[in-house]
Order: sequence, then C-alpha cells, then structure tokens
Amino acid sequence: MSAAESHAAPYIEAQQAQASALPAVGVAALDHSRSEALQLLGERGLPTQRDEDWKYTSIKAITRTRFTPAAPSVECSKEMVDASSIENLDSWRLVFADGFYQPEHSTLDGLPEGIRLAGLGEVLKTDPDSVTKHIGSAMGEMPHGFAAMNSAFVGDGALIEIAPGVELDKPIELVFLSGCSGEGFLSLPRNLITLGTGSRASVIERHLSCAEDRTLSNALTEIILEEDASLDYCCVQDQAERTFHVGGLFARVAGSARLKATTATVGRAWVRNDARVNLDAKGAAASLDGAYLAFGRCHVDNHTHISHNAPECTSRECYKGVLGDRGHAVFHGRIVVQPDAQKTDSEQSNQNLLLSADAEIDTKPQLEIYADDVKCAHGATVGQLDEAALFYLVSRGIEREAARRMLTQAFAAEVLETIEPAALQDYLSAKVSGQLSPAAPTEAAR
Amino acid sequence: MLKISDLKVTVDGKAILNGLNLEVGPGEVHAIMGPNGSGKSTLANVIAGREGYEVTDGSVSFLENDLLEMAPEERAHEGVFLAFQYPVEIPGVANIALLKEGLNAARRHRGEKELDALDFLKLVREKLKLVEMKEEFLYRSVNEGFSGGEKKRNEIFQMAMLEPRLAVLDETDSGLDIDALKIVAGGVNALRSEDRSVILVTHYQRLLDYIVPDYVHVLAGGRIVRSGDKGLALDLEERGYGWIEAGDSATA
Repeated sequence: MSAAESHAAPYIEAQQAQASALPAVGVAALDHSRSEALQLLGERGLPTQRDEDWKYTSIKAITRTRFTPAAPSVECSKEMVDASSIENLDSWRLVFADGFYQPEHSTLDGLPEGIRLAGLGEVLKTDPDSVTKHIGSAMGEMPHGFAAMNSAFVGDGALIEIAPGVELDKPIELVFLSGCSGEGFLSLPRNLITLGTGSRASVIERHLSCAEDRTLSNALTEIILEEDASLDYCCVQDQAERTFHVGGLFARVAGSARLKATTATVGRAWVRNDARVNLDAKGAAASLDGAYLAFGRCHVDNHTHISHNAPECTSRECYKGVLGDRGHAVFHGRIVVQPDAQKTDSEQSNQNLLLSADAEIDTKPQLEIYADDVKCAHGATVGQLDEAALFYLVSRGIEREAARRMLTQAFAAEVLETIEPAALQDYLSAKVSGQLSPAAPTEAAR
Repeated sequence: MLKISDLKVTVDGKAILNGLNLEVGPGEVHAIMGPNGSGKSTLANVIAGREGYEVTDGSVSFLENDLLEMAPEERAHEGVFLAFQYPVEIPGVANIALLKEGLNAARRHRGEKELDALDFLKLVREKLKLVEMKEEFLYRSVNEGFSGGEKKRNEIFQMAMLEPRLAVLDETDSGLDIDALKIVAGGVNALRSEDRSVILVTHYQRLLDYIVPDYVHVLAGGRIVRSGDKGLALDLEERGYGWIEAGDSATA
C-alpha cells in the first residue's frame, strides 16, 4: 500500500463503520455517490507532494494524527456561540459544532417566504429527493482525496435554497465551530447553496476554533446560481494554530448570473483551499478574491480554477497575501478559456507582501486559452514594504511599528474594502490589524 | 535651535557634504540655495533622518540634543518636519489617518492626552483653510493621484497640523505655478513665529519673493560658501551660481 493509500485507510474504515448510520441511507442517488467517493478515496488516497497540485503543501502534519469523525450528538455551549458573534452584524444565523447543525443556537426569526435555510442532515432525513440531485453537481470531478472524503461522509452542513426572484435584505451567516468534541476530531460539513433565477443573497461562512485542540476541518461548499441570480459569498477562516482546514468551494454560474466570492484567511491555522468556478452560460460573471495572512509557522495554500465555458463571461480574481515570521503561502490560479468562450474578459492577480526574510511564497498564475477572441491578463508580485512610504510616515511622527501596520493594512485593503456588509469588513480589518500588532504571538516571541 | 558643525556626509561612498556649518536660531528663516548636486537635498534628508546617508564626521544638535542619535519619528516628536521634494503616494492610507496617528504620537511623546475625534476635526478644518484645501482631501489616500501643486499643499497642510519647531522645506517651490506658489508661501508665512524656525531649500530666488528669509546661504561642493541677507539671493538671480563657484575656487 502506498503512503497516499495508507493515509486514507483510517478514514475509509471510519466511514464503513458508520455508513449505516448516515442520514438518507437507502436513497439510491446518495448511496451511489457516497460509495463512489469512498472508492475514489481508496484509489487515490490522500494527496502527497508528488501530486503537482500539492507540490508545495505537505500534509505530513495531518497524517501524524488519526482523526476521528465527530459524532452527530456533539454540542457547543452558549458561551462559545456568543463569543463568536460579529459586532453590529444583523444576520440569519446557522451554528454548527464540528460540522453538525445546532438548531437551538441558530437564529432564523423572520425568514421571508421563498427561503429554505436548514441543516442538511435534517433535510436528508425528511426530504432527501429535493437535494440529492444537487450534491456533487457543482464539484464535477473530485480534485483530491479530501474532497472524496467529505463526499463519502455527506451527512450534515448547511442548506440554503433561495426561490426564483427572492431578494434577501440581510446576510445568512454560517458559523462552524471546530474543536467542540475535543482533541483529535474531524469535522466534515457539506454545504449547498442554490439561488433560483433572478434571486439575490449574501452568505457569510465562518470557520472558528472554540478550543486550542488539534482538529481537522474538511469543509466543502457547493454553489449553484441559476440565470440572473446574484450571490455575495465570503468565507472567513479564523481558526487556532493547531487546526488543519481543508476548504472546498465549487460553483456553477448560469447565464447573466453573478458570483462574488471572497476568502479571508486571517487565523493561525494550517489551510488548504480549492476553489473552482464554472462560468457556464453567456454573460456569467465571477469575482474570486482572497486575502490571506501567514504568520508564525502558518501555511496557507489557495488553489483556484476558473473555467470560462461559454461566450461573453467575465472573471476577476485578486488574491493578496501578507506573510511574516516563517509563514508559507502558496497560490496557484488557473484560468481556462474553453474554445466556445469567445469574448471572454478575464483578469487575475496575486500580490504578496513579505514582512520577513524567512517567509516564503510559491505563486503560479496560469492561463490556458483555447479561444481566439479574448481579453485576458494575469500576473503575480512579491515585495516588501515600500521603504519610501515607511520613511514618509515615520517622518510625520508615526511610530515605526504603527507605520508598518498602516502600510500592511493598506495593502490588504484592496480586497477587504470590497466586502459587504460594513460590519463584516470592519471585523476583518480588525482581525488583520490584530495579527499585525506586536501583541500577536509571533514565532520570535514564543 | 539647530546647530550643524563640520558635517560630512557620504552617499554610496561618495562625499556629498564636506564640512558644513550652519546655525539657525529660534524664529529665523534661512534659505539654502545652490546649484544642482551641491548637497541641498542631502542636508534636508540628513536633518529628517532618512536612511542611506552616512554621516562620517561632524555633529547636528537640535534644542541641545544630538539629532543624529534620534530615529526619524523621534525627531518628528521633538518638532522636526521635512516637507518632501517628492511627496510619496501611499494608496490605502487616508490623509486623515496619517495626520491623526502622527499628531497623537507626538502628543503621547509630550505626555499630552490624545485629541478626541471632535477636537481633531476642528483643528483639521482650521488648518485646511490655510492651504485652501477641501475637506474631501482628508479622506483620499495620501498623495495618490494628487497634482504636483496638491502634493506640495498637502505637505504644508501636514506641517500646519504638526506645528513643528523646525520646518525644512525641500524644493517646495519646484513644479508649482504662481497661484500654487502663493498659496504655499501664504501657508508658510502664517506659521512663522518666534519659536518656529524654517529652512528653505531652493534652487530659485522666486520663492523668496513670497517667503522673505532672514539669511541666505549658498551651498556649493558640499559646504556653505557664502552667507548673507536676502540681497544675496538677488545677486545670485542676476549673476548665476557660476559667480559664486568661480569665487570659491579662486579663494581655495
């Protein structure tokens, strides 16, 4: 057995042990997709650095621990939930403990007609046929063993379904607390967001740790936008140092629909994200942005893939990273323009600010164009703080540390400033500022 | 206020200042003139504490303290201000954030309470008038997309906010049309006081029609080769720098 396969073995065993207890067992479509995923996990195993897409990201630290899937009976305390709220953010809120829905801690008051907002597990038990057709449909081909693992365990997560024409006037907030079960547990939330024709919504997905315990969070979100739908989606990753987070974002965007997805990685966790957006019909548009911090010994890897499958689609991608101490970040952005996708308009950029000599970035923007009438631009930059700007600020009396912080925040602002609502933007700015302040634990101070 | 003695400075191993002496008393306005490459901007930058200038000999004392031992931000706290020849554009940092942070850092240094938002805004509005700038400037990124004249006015506005004891204006007149020059000069003149000194670094006499100096010095070859009153600037205007340089080499 190869290393890849042997690393997957404990999770295959765990799945087999609890397969009969998963929701909607016996529903043919789901039985089929779970067993297919399990088989794939067995064949491919967990990724190794021999895989081109994992060249710069080692999962050794994950494979040292045999994580146990959290049990559906897991709970979290009111204190944990209260501590996780964002000041001035008015939202409909679904709370999850190690991936399992916690209705008693969730706030769904005053939900208008035309919105289904629920735990996926409940829906799988009561009305599985309404969702099984969507599960896996936005993902298409599984990118790696972790996605297969999540798909083999599909059991709970968030279900957001917006009927055609419905417009939400406040955001839906999904709060994922990990570490509720204690040391060594694995959470596997699976989220499904579907927006009907012409509908409009805003979703905030947050991943937090409620303890310092070593945990693995393997979270996968699928987004399906029908024609003319519009979704603002922001994923906030703010977990503690001993958390491993593997995130998947898979979206299908129909004609004239619009997706704005931003991933803000502002915690101390080990993070790998795979985002894949398919622009499926004429006039579809996507902004795929990211802001990431990698301090201490943090590792943050963003792999993105935008596929222009139809003519006259637009994509904008901007990922900005700030790296300090011995932080390591990876960016691989792939844009594929299919032969039919004439008049594609695509821009991609990855910019990195290195605040220490020991920080490392591996960046690879990549364009693959199979159409001939397109407008595409891409680029990557790696740099330090501008010394001239730094001198200008300190010459005005600003303390050196404060000046560095101001310039660093200004760098990240390009991405953060586009995030709505304002309460979320303020929260993220404060998070970034907190990580940059001298009080934050750095490798040097530990 | 400021006493520079036998200052020698090299940049990338090249001698730029070669034994410069200058004394500036409280309330005085000194103009430093000289041809390109004479070391004018080097002097301004050394006073402000910019990196890359190596002081190989001599001393600079400011209010009885050794200025060269102080970090740039400490110099600012003690009351040194440099109006940049080329103000830096800083996207993402609002003018108002820079001013608030700078002003409050100096206040903390002096053991004073930080200004609250209301008092700060009151002060800002008062000083904006001095340089005829609109309030919207406050919320724009520092110097980003500003015209040449706007950048220089912004420097004077910052100076007005920070109320330095020694202001060094490095070619603040360069690239200004006559209207902008008048506004800038008006701002500087309004700030003249008994306990505030000004060093005007300039290539042209024109600025001195609007900000009348008490002393004029001519810098050549990294030293002050001639000092006088404002009449010296007029002589220079008429006869050019060649006159001084020729005289200098004749006496050397």
